[in-house]
Amino acid sequence: MTAFITRRLLVTIVVLLLVSLISFSIMQLVPGDPATVMAGLAATDDQIRAIRVQFGLDQPFHIQLVRWYAGIAVGDMGQSMTLGRGVGQALIERLPATIGLAMVAFVMTVIFGIAAGVIAAIRQNSWVDQAIMVLAVIGVSVPSFWLGLMMIVAFAVMLDLLPAGGYVPFAQSPKDWLVSLILPAFSLALLQVGLLARITRSAMLETLRQDYIRTAHAKGLPVWIVIGKHAMMNVMVPVITIIGIIFSLMLSGSVVIETVFSIPGLGRLMASAILTRDYPLIQGGLLLTAAMFVLINLVVDVLYAYVDPRIRYD
Amino acid sequence: MSATALPAPTRRSTAPWRRYLRHPMFVTGAILCLSVLLLALLADLITTRSPERTRVTQAFTPPGESYLMGSDNLGRDIWSRVAYGSRVSIAIGFATVVLAGAAGTLIGLLAGYYRKLDEALMRAMDALMSFPAILLAVGITAALGPSATNAVIALSVVYAPRTARIVRASTLVLREMDFVAAARAAGASDARILMRHLLPNCLGPLVVQLTFVFAYAVLAEAALSFLGMGPPPPAPTWGNIIADGRDYLREAAWICLFPGLAISITVLGLNLLGDGLRDLLDPRMKIQES
Repeated sequence: MTAFITRRLLVTIVVLLLVSLISFSIMQLVPGDPATVMAGLAATDDQIRAIRVQFGLDQPFHIQLVRWYAGIAVGDMGQSMTLGRGVGQALIERLPATIGLAMVAFVMTVIFGIAAGVIAAIRQNSWVDQAIMVLAVIGVSVPSFWLGLMMIVAFAVMLDLLPAGGYVPFAQSPKDWLVSLILPAFSLALLQVGLLARITRSAMLETLRQDYIRTAHAKGLPVWIVIGKHAMMNVMVPVITIIGIIFSLMLSGSVVIETVFSIPGLGRLMASAILTRDYPLIQGGLLLTAAMFVLINLVVDVLYAYVDPRIRYD
Repeated sequence: MSATALPAPTRRSTAPWRRYLRHPMFVTGAILCLSVLLLALLADLITTRSPERTRVTQAFTPPGESYLMGSDNLGRDIWSRVAYGSRVSIAIGFATVVLAGAAGTLIGLLAGYYRKLDEALMRAMDALMSFPAILLAVGITAALGPSATNAVIALSVVYAPRTARIVRASTLVLREMDFVAAARAAGASDARILMRHLLPNCLGPLVVQLTFVFAYAVLAEAALSFLGMGPPPPAPTWGNIIADGRDYLREAAWICLFPGLAISITVLGLNLLGDGLRDLLDPRMKIQES
């Protein structure tokens, strides 16, 4: 187990180094001179030169790269162009709203996704199963930002039940926090609900054919214990492996969903950084989200090996 | 994994394409995809107004006889914009499939066949796949500038690694097979083994994967356009129409409604087509899932 974790850690470090290299390269993709693009159309030559010096763009590529890595090592991801302060600080401030949104969406995903998948599997080939599977494939086909807009029309404009946008911090009022997140979290969760329902269903069908399930039935255990305890233990294995993917999809979705619902999170910060060509902020945001994903996958892999004793650690 | 399950025997007398026509998911998916394709091809014939023509006196006309899907804040015909928008979505989706497919296949074949390249190539793919898809695409288009071509480049960078992984997995299994050893013994070059022996045998999973890449690309392009990182307005892309209509949700929800339905129908069609193809091309998969 220790050897497995050590090797997995080494791979993670390599991937993190590559991830930061890719984030850094974003600035190199800018056609022509990034300083001119960042300065805007009205800038004078002096202003452009100042920006070039300020962001180290006057240095050769390898110096820039070394500076970038040296900065990350001490948690410094550079200065934002538009916010006039550190990228790291700006990103961290926006994290709570995104994490809150992702948490509510994650809870919805797990509850609806697993329930739908299990129900479909135990009623295999019935109309319930078919209806759930049709809904699941529709769920992975609807663009989340459009679903969000349509839900604003239905629940905020027509029914006046829920707010059309905005965010209330948890510390201010837990109830209003939850209410403000219902629509955005649902829009964000639908794709993953569809995905998880399909994976849970096939894992459950696979498990239900196993001998130990027949044994459990044969010794007279109630059906809900056989399904809920014996079968679920095995179903959780493939489900755990896609948690990393679910997380990545949520961060992707948060860019558009936070824009639709005016939630002051990481995604909306990124969306505005893109429109203002704030490259340091874009680089930092990419690096932070990818690093979170890599670390979550590391945890998931170790957890996975721990949950499923059949997996060998070599 | 039920290792004992054998592929369902198919009757000799049945023409292969009959199996496809009897598969409900494949047929539904194919019909939806063909409808969208027809919409794109016939956009000139089935619309009466140019998608970019504005007529402010007829702004915010609700859907009805004169405007099938209503008009927007500038009096532009939503039906016409949705119909022409299908061309942009299909073109960007298809170009992404070609570019991501070619790059991903090449990387996957090389990583799977040459063991020395494997570690380096796949770690690089892992790193690319660590970025949330939309964020990476948005970051790349932000650097390159918003345009249809740059959207294709960005989406290909995002989806090539996912394709490479599938091709590599198939190649790893195939390269150990006897027919590859036989080809090598007969003096075939590496290039010939890769292109003539390994690639054709990877096609099944590759086609399925690329159908899904098409679906993701249509969704991602809509999101990029919505964020202002797709082909710049007034180009009628589905994402642009929704972004324009967003400010008028209260009075004219139809502006956003119809392009979103068009995206959903296209992606649904592609997803069903992909699921159907997976069942039909890999019978073991079907036994596992049903």
